[in-house]
Amino acid sequence: MTTLAYTLTDSRVMLRRNLKHQLRYPSLTLMLVGLPIVLLLLFVYVFGGQLGAGLGAHQGRHAYLDYVVPGLLLITVASAVQGTSIMVAMDMTSGIIDRFRTMAIARASVLTGHVLGSLIQTLAAMAILIGVAFGLGFHSSAGPLEWLAAIGILALFAFALIWLAVALGLAAKSVETASNTPMILILLVFLGSGFVSTSTMPAGLRQFAEYQPFTPAADTVRGLLTHAEVGHHAIAAIAWSVGIAVVAYLWSLSLYNRRRAVEPK
Amino acid sequence: MTGLGSTPGIVARDVCKSFGSHLVLDKVNLTAHEGSILALLGPNGAGKTTIVRILSTLISADSGSMQVAGHDVVSDPDGVRALIGVTGQFSAVDNLLTGAENLQLMADLRHLGRQAGQRRVAELLERFDLTDAADKPLSVYSGGMRRRLDLAMTLIGEPRVIFLDEPTTGLDPRSRLTTWEIIRQLASAGVAILLTTQHLDEADELADQIAVLDQGRIVAEGTSAELKSRIPGGHVRLHFADPDLLSSAAVLIPTAAPDRDQLVLQVPVADGNVDSLRALLDELHEARITVEGLSIHTPDLDDVFLAVTGNHVPGRLDEDSTLQGATRR
Repeated sequence: MTTLAYTLTDSRVMLRRNLKHQLRYPSLTLMLVGLPIVLLLLFVYVFGGQLGAGLGAHQGRHAYLDYVVPGLLLITVASAVQGTSIMVAMDMTSGIIDRFRTMAIARASVLTGHVLGSLIQTLAAMAILIGVAFGLGFHSSAGPLEWLAAIGILALFAFALIWLAVALGLAAKSVETASNTPMILILLVFLGSGFVSTSTMPAGLRQFAEYQPFTPAADTVRGLLTHAEVGHHAIAAIAWSVGIAVVAYLWSLSLYNRRRAVEPK
Repeated sequence: MTGLGSTPGIVARDVCKSFGSHLVLDKVNLTAHEGSILALLGPNGAGKTTIVRILSTLISADSGSMQVAGHDVVSDPDGVRALIGVTGQFSAVDNLLTGAENLQLMADLRHLGRQAGQRRVAELLERFDLTDAADKPLSVYSGGMRRRLDLAMTLIGEPRVIFLDEPTTGLDPRSRLTTWEIIRQLASAGVAILLTTQHLDEADELADQIAVLDQGRIVAEGTSAELKSRIPGGHVRLHFADPDLLSSAAVLIPTAAPDRDQLVLQVPVADGNVDSLRALLDELHEARITVEGLSIHTPDLDDVFLAVTGNHVPGRLDEDSTLQGATRR
């Protein structure tokens, strides 16, 4: 077999390992899938009446449901990558990683397994969230092409944040740190256009909100699902995703290769 | 690669390694031939794990040349990795998978192919007495079972060189014997084995060659017998009821060393020489000196170890000091 074939085989083996881990550790998976759903119910039924009154042309709780779904899809991504970070950190604190490193396998396949496994988990969690949203009366004017584009943007964004979470998991000294650091990502959804329009924010915060990656991602998905303006948001969302993915990928590899190069147990 | 018994599985020359300003390995030389067991003996912190981590491609040395299974560790680490097996001090198993899944994972990563992999997994489960527990999660495995699985995972690709870093630490005596038996079988099947241990009896029991590592230096090297011959021979310790008897006996036997605190007289006697022992006791009997008790001491690796690592002055070895006592300061 060629090197490329080995890389693919090893990555597939590691992906299978990762998916088994998700099944064997269901409490984490359930928590990550559950959080966005709880927030969805909270934002629609508790805050939705009042927040919906502030929307432009179409007002009310149902209009707010349509507005907030893209934000909660991003919460789903942010929540799922917290799991990635935890799983990577758990792996790194166990002895099996050293065993992998003494075997002739594709170097990055352990990380690739985590990334692909998390991507599948994130897409499944988003599908569940959209299902629940439809159950609550979510309405989308998007055709198949728009849906496909929205899924593509979300998958790309998730891919980037998953690599970032891998790097955070590798950089963390303990599983606790790995679990806490990605929470910043959840906060970023709130500090953007995920739940309310940035135009209602005070000047300084608004500027921050408009120039952070979650805002163009939320605006693009919202635009695609509700036939609103997408425009330059899509380009910004893609640029952010590619940029984060490349930097996080390189950071992860360097952390993984450097890991434990200095300490004797 | 030829499988001849004289082929060196591991050759390390002048290996140095520092962590910061702390010199951990100082020009270490090691050779382990195929089909033989090299024991690296040393107290905690001597650098045993570091040399294993270097030779198994986990970390790099600062200088020195190293070949493992015919491949250069620095320039061809993947060539080395394909032919080695490593069992570290801490069990390197996947806790969320079952025993069989752990082995299957190794088989897949060794690219054994579906059928050959499954056959090998079943074979190893059988050999390590894990067939009944194969489909159980590792959370129900005992310490001994985890160790056995760990070793089985190391063997899946039929490595030519095996590194065992304190393989019996934390095992009960029975599992320890089982592990020893497996290690012997591997060596007789032609594998080169580098074993680190701080248990002298383990090195004595298993190793063809022993290298004693202390503070990053090889301070002694040779077979168990060669090392033992380097220190003073055996002696008999005679215990007395009171200091007067001890003094009289000391006068009678001028070659002996009396210990007045413990009321013990240490008499040099050639190894297993029954006649000289009988003569010694006859002499005491005729002088009407009553001996309360007696113990015979033949030099063992404890003595060698304590002598060469400088933890003790040769010739004044305390009978009761085992290695554990000496190193767990």
